[in-house]
Amino acid sequence: MLFRVALTAALLASPVAMAQTIYPLTRAEILAGAKFDLKVEFPGAPSASKVTINGRDAAEVVGTAAKIIPNEDGLGHTAYWIRDASLKAGRYTVEATAEGKSAKVTWEVFATRPRVARNVILFIGDGLSIAHRTAARIVSKGISEGRYGGELAIDTMPNMALISTAGTDSIVTDSANSMSAYTTGHKSCVNALGVYCAKNKGSLDHPKVETIAELVKRRLGMAVGVITNTEIEDATPAGMVAHTRRRADYGDIVEMFYKVKPEVIMGGGSPWFLAKSTNGSRRTDEVDYLKKFEEAGYAVTETDTAMKAAAAKPQTRRMLGLFNTSNIDGALDRMFLKKGTVARFPDQPDLVDQVKVSLDLLSRSDKGFLLMVESGRIDKYTHSMDPERAIYDTIMLDNAVKLAKTFAAVRNDTLIIVVPDHAHPISVIGTYDDSRPGSAPRDKLGVYAEAVPPNYPPANAQGYPPSIDVSRRIALGFAAFPDNCFNAKPHLDGENVPAVAGTEKGTFVANEKNCSRPGAVRIEGNLPKDASSETHSGDDVLLTAMGPGSDAFHGRLDNTRVFRVMVNALGLGTR
Amino acid sequence: MRRRALLGGLLASAPARAEGPQQLRFEALYKSFGIRGLVFADEVMSRSGKPVAITGYMAPPLKAESSFFVLTREPLALCPFCQSDADWPLDIVVVYLRRIAPLVNAGVRINVTGRLETGSWADPESGFVSQLRIVDATLRTG
Repeated sequence: MLFRVALTAALLASPVAMAQTIYPLTRAEILAGAKFDLKVEFPGAPSASKVTINGRDAAEVVGTAAKIIPNEDGLGHTAYWIRDASLKAGRYTVEATAEGKSAKVTWEVFATRPRVARNVILFIGDGLSIAHRTAARIVSKGISEGRYGGELAIDTMPNMALISTAGTDSIVTDSANSMSAYTTGHKSCVNALGVYCAKNKGSLDHPKVETIAELVKRRLGMAVGVITNTEIEDATPAGMVAHTRRRADYGDIVEMFYKVKPEVIMGGGSPWFLAKSTNGSRRTDEVDYLKKFEEAGYAVTETDTAMKAAAAKPQTRRMLGLFNTSNIDGALDRMFLKKGTVARFPDQPDLVDQVKVSLDLLSRSDKGFLLMVESGRIDKYTHSMDPERAIYDTIMLDNAVKLAKTFAAVRNDTLIIVVPDHAHPISVIGTYDDSRPGSAPRDKLGVYAEAVPPNYPPANAQGYPPSIDVSRRIALGFAAFPDNCFNAKPHLDGENVPAVAGTEKGTFVANEKNCSRPGAVRIEGNLPKDASSETHSGDDVLLTAMGPGSDAFHGRLDNTRVFRVMVNALGLGTR
Repeated sequence: MRRRALLGGLLASAPARAEGPQQLRFEALYKSFGIRGLVFADEVMSRSGKPVAITGYMAPPLKAESSFFVLTREPLALCPFCQSDADWPLDIVVVYLRRIAPLVNAGVRINVTGRLETGSWADPESGFVSQLRIVDATLRTG
C-alpha cells in the first residue's frame, strides 16, 4: 500500500554527493556502551583523508582499526568504516577532512542512572491517533451529556507526553523508522530499521545501530518478548531485532529474529519461516526456520489453544507463536463478523491472551524482561479507510494495556509505555444518522448540534459493542485519501478496499465494488494518483506511561527520547 | 523473449486434447492452508496439465502490456511485484497468456482459460515464484 510511494521518496532523498557524510548524523544521541557503526562517505577518491573524534584519530579513540573502501559499491565515493564502535559518555565532535574539505557532526553519548525498573513493557498502537482514542472511548464506554461512561486504560496513566515522529529524510515517518527511533534511540529514514541510510546498494550493508532487544540481552541477560497481531516480520516487531534499509526484507528479518532469539515471538507471517520448496513458502532459500526455532528450544504454536497449553507447562521458556499466514484477524472479524481469514484460521489468539501468555513466560526469567506489544491493524484498517475495524483494534490495545497494568499494579518494578509510532490524518467529525433525510453520506452526517451520540449497543465485558450495524454511527473523517466510493456504512462483509490499481500503470482508482453500495458517492482522491490507500500524517502523537522511570515523559519530546527513558529505567548505560 | 520460447516448448510437449476446461474456484484450490504450508486440493492436482478456467481479478502487472500476470480472488490494491511489502495473498494463480494483452482494471472480474500447471516455478524474467499456473491462457471480462 503505502510503502511503494514511501520507498520512492526515500530513494530520491539520498544525500547529494558534495561534502563528506558522517554517520551517525549530527545531533545523534547515543547510549554509552551501545554499539554503532561509524561510517564516513568521502566524495571521489581523495589521496588523503582524516577522521577525528574530539581532535584525535577516530580509530584510536574507538580502539578499532578503520576499514577504507575505495569506490564503494561502484558508486564513486570512498567509504571509511569502523564497525561496532562504542563510546563512553560525553560530548563528541567528529570531523572528516579530505582535500581541503571538512564536515563536522556532534554526538551526545549519554550515561544512565542505576536501574530502577526490572521490566519494561512497550505498547505500540500502530498509527494510533487522537481520533482513534476518542472514538474508542465513545464506542466502548458510551457518552451522555458530554460525560463518558468510563475510562480507557491507555488514558488513565500518570505520565503523558507529546511525541514528534519525523525521520531523517521526511516530516512523515513510516512504521519502520519510527519504531527504529524507539528501539535504537537513533532517527532514520523511511523504510529503514536499525540502520542509518547511507549510500550502500545492499539493503543490509548500511551503518547499523544496536537495538534495545540486543542491548538488554547482551548487557543484562534479560528476557525479550516481541508480540503483534500483524506479520511478525512487519516493521514494528522487526524494529526490535532488524538492521536493514528495506523493511520488506522479510526473509532476512526472520533470520535476524533467529539471531537475537527473543524468548517470546508471536504474530502472523508464517510463510517466511518455511523452506522455499514448501508450497506456501515465501523464502528464497531452503532454510526451515520452524525447525531451527524448535531445535533452539522454542515451543512452536499455531493456535490460541496450543499457545495456552504450551505456556501452561512450567518448563516452557521460549515460544514462537505463528497464528496466520498473513496478519492475525482484527477483533471485529474474529469476535463478531467472522470475516477476513477467520474461516481459514478459526483459533487465532486475541492480543490480550498473547500478552497474558507472554507475561507468564517472561516472568520465568530471573533477570527481568522487555516486552514489546503491537496492536498493528489500527494502522492497516485506517489505511483501508475502515474506521470500525480500527476502533475495535484500539479497544483491543486498551484491553491488553489493562492486563499489563494489573500485572504491574502488584509490583512497583515495571515501566509501561503506550505510544503510537506515527499518526493518521483522521478526526471525529460527528455522527452518521440514518434517520436524517437524503441518501448521500453528507445528508446523513450530523455535525455540531446534530452530532448526537451514536447508538451502539452497550459494550460486552471486553469493552466491545456486540454490533456496529446501528442507525447512528461515529463519523471519522479522513484528510488524505485516494479515489474511492463511500456510503458511510460499516463494511460488514470484510475489510474495506477503497482503491484498486487502475489501467494506467502505477495509478489507483476507486474500487467499483464500493460504488454500488446503497447511497455510495464517488469521491475524487486528494492524494497523488499512485497512492493506493489513506496515508500517514506528520502530526505529533500522544504517549502515556506509568511505573519507574515514566516521570521523564512530559511536554513535547522527540521519538528518540522513548528509547532514552527505557534505557535509563533499565540502567543500561551505567558506568 | 525467453518466456515465449518456454511457452512454445510447453505447448509442443503437452498438446491439449479436445477436452473442455473445468471451472476451478479460488475457494476450493487447497485442501489445507496452514502455518506449515499449503496443500492443493485433489481436484486441482488431478487437473494438472489439463484445461481449466477460473474467475478472479488481475493484479497490477509489471508492464502495461504483458503476457504474464497474477490472478487473485479479490481485487488487490497492491502490485505484488512493485510492492516492497509482502502483504498480498498466498492463494494466487499465475497466468501466462497466449498472447500479450492490455491491462485490465484491477476491479474488473475476469475469467481465465488455459492449461493448469502445478509445482514450483520461477518466472525467468521477474523471478516471481509460483506454485500454480494457467499457461497458454486466454481471458475475457465479466
